[in-house]
Amino acid sequence: MINILLFAHLQEAIGKSELRVDLSDYTVGQIKEWMENQYPQLSLQNIMTAVNEEFATDQMIVKDGDTLAFIPPVSGG
Amino acid sequence: MNTPLFEIVDIPINVEEVRRKVTDRNAGAITLFIGTVRELTKGKKTLHLEYQAYPAMAIKMFEQISKEIQERWPEAKVAITHRIGHLDISDIAVVIAVSSPHRKIAYMANEYAIERIKQIVPIWKKEFWEDGTEWIGDQLEKVPYPEGNPSIKRGELS
Repeated sequence: MINILLFAHLQEAIGKSELRVDLSDYTVGQIKEWMENQYPQLSLQNIMTAVNEEFATDQMIVKDGDTLAFIPPVSGG
Repeated sequence: MNTPLFEIVDIPINVEEVRRKVTDRNAGAITLFIGTVRELTKGKKTLHLEYQAYPAMAIKMFEQISKEIQERWPEAKVAITHRIGHLDISDIAVVIAVSSPHRKIAYMANEYAIERIKQIVPIWKKEFWEDGTEWIGDQLEKVPYPEGNPSIKRGELS
């Protein structure tokens, strides 16, 4: 199982901030596609990702127990 | 003193407390950047803001920014506190304190910190206007992207 975190408008789009899904050993890119199929209202184009709190590429493989966060363009400060 | 140098809080920020964290006997200067909530952006009136963070990662990114500053200006010492939740006009959203032996580095490192915060720290703000709301985010704080389709390239952050 992996944990998925959503923030800002992504969180509002699906009405959840956190998911647990059985997608261990898939790549970040594959999980993005799965999310978009699961939630057609969700667009993850140009959304960055972090695995275990570090920025990740679409090619990175997500392991059992990892936390994958979708990071919309930030606007702090 | 055990207070962390980097914090995300949901209560008003005590500026003096952030300044105190960078106190150093060798410091000849401390710069403080105080980011506040602006009412008018391009003529549009903000009623209030809501900030959200991914706190664990945001702290890591603050630490990374501090590391980058250490590499450029080894004498500089940095502390950052960012507030989240509901903020009203003129409330303080972020405080950055930098101390260094001489003022120039304190100014430069402080500006570097706020620019990097706007690029890599996972914090988002939602604008509440008279006629609606919107999550803002293009890393430069200019263009809102209502449907999750930011129009800028984001490749420089690998």
